[in-house]
Amino acid sequence: MKKFIDKAVIMDEDQMDRALKRIAHELLEKNKTLDNAVILGIRTRGVPLAERLKKTIEEIHGIVVPIGVLDINLYRDDLTSLTEQPVIHQTVIPVGVKGKKIILVDDVLYTGRTIRAALDSIIDMGRPELIQLVVMVDRGHRELPIRADFVGKNVPTSKREKIDVLLKEIDGVDKVIIKESIEEDE
Amino acid sequence: MIKEKDLLGLRNISTDEIDEILRNAVPMKDIIMRDIKKVPTLRGKSMATLFFENSTRTKSSFEIAAKYLSADCTNLAVSTSSVQKGETLIDTAITLEVMGIELFVMRHGASGAPHFLGRNTKARIINAGDGMNEHPTQGLLDMYTMKDKKGDLGNLTVTILGDVAHSRVARSNIWGLVKYGTKVRVVAPETLIPVELQRMGVEVYTDVDKALKGADVVNVLRLQKERQSSGLLPSLVEYNKFWGLTSKRVELLKDDAIIMHPGPMNRGVEIMPDVYEHPRCVVDEQVTNGVAVRMALLFMMLGGKSGDDIN
Repeated sequence: MKKFIDKAVIMDEDQMDRALKRIAHELLEKNKTLDNAVILGIRTRGVPLAERLKKTIEEIHGIVVPIGVLDINLYRDDLTSLTEQPVIHQTVIPVGVKGKKIILVDDVLYTGRTIRAALDSIIDMGRPELIQLVVMVDRGHRELPIRADFVGKNVPTSKREKIDVLLKEIDGVDKVIIKESIEEDE
Repeated sequence: MIKEKDLLGLRNISTDEIDEILRNAVPMKDIIMRDIKKVPTLRGKSMATLFFENSTRTKSSFEIAAKYLSADCTNLAVSTSSVQKGETLIDTAITLEVMGIELFVMRHGASGAPHFLGRNTKARIINAGDGMNEHPTQGLLDMYTMKDKKGDLGNLTVTILGDVAHSRVARSNIWGLVKYGTKVRVVAPETLIPVELQRMGVEVYTDVDKALKGADVVNVLRLQKERQSSGLLPSLVEYNKFWGLTSKRVELLKDDAIIMHPGPMNRGVEIMPDVYEHPRCVVDEQVTNGVAVRMALLFMMLGGKSGDDIN
């Protein structure tokens, strides 16, 4: 196991809050209407972020957008190489995905493999009108041709580094930190 | 994660493992209810069913579970296979194994047959019923159904009614439930109560009405007519009269109790036709839950590390 030490705080509570507010505005600007939209949070940290985005949109625009939860473990491309088998959780999308504008929410965009799994899992449930991606942090190093439509903060990183998005709902505190591996690369 | 290479019974499996199977079965059940009943999780994995005894639901349930998870499932039809030419069990399994089969689902009339096969193959084995020993996936789906309908297994009183002596379903239910502290009552004609039952941690009754009174769940066993040649019972009519579950007897259970049966049912023998129609009879749901539980198990046994990495 690699060990990591904290290097810097790159977003605090206010910055995260402002980023979500900006994204709420941009979402409406780009889509004109959110009548047919569904916000989908990817487990684990995409879920509270999705809830906050829903709340922010409601506060700013007075629009109530339905929300759902996506578990992508059944669609992972690395199941056979994991040492610890993941426990599968429920995917809950109360209104379905067929014909909807899907706003997919996750904390960090890195290789793009999680998003690939999420896209496959959504499309297996029906044909949405479109899918847009919201992430709190884009740290680069994509391994697939995937990009985010709305980004809280772009953070150039090295592969030795790690980004942790901490959320009050799970971690008791709101901040984004960058960590660095203290061991040599394998 | 299933720690042993093979799943042979609920006797030697931990509650951690059972909990994980039952937890994973919840999202699997959602997949069964979807329009597109398929996920790519086990794409490229190969398994085979090896049924030396007849089966409708267990065999198709495993096959359907495999298909929903995108695993390839071969069904060896034993009656038209080289088993009829005298090929041994091990040779039959190894033949399939060298074609790439990674997991066998096996049913056999002899208790211990899957254990024997498991010691002689690299492929993982799931016991789908061995003689009068165990039928672990039926036990798991029964436990899933009880937990889903009635909550914490430790707070329940479960009455198992019927042909316990010949029933691998009863044994798997008992081994599984007693681990959770469930109060298990067993009631059967004295000729169908095996001697080892007392030592399994259950209460043994011979009075049906007493055994049913106040129970949360009744699990009615199929009277195994194919194994009754030795005169243990006078007649099916008499069995029905004294031991069959009637609507009147259902009233002895708790008001919100559920009625279960592993199938296939002998209507008019161990269960009356109108009991099957009862609103709290969950027989059909048990079958659906069976697919979900088997999906969870296949995911856990084929999805992670391959059998080679597990001793």
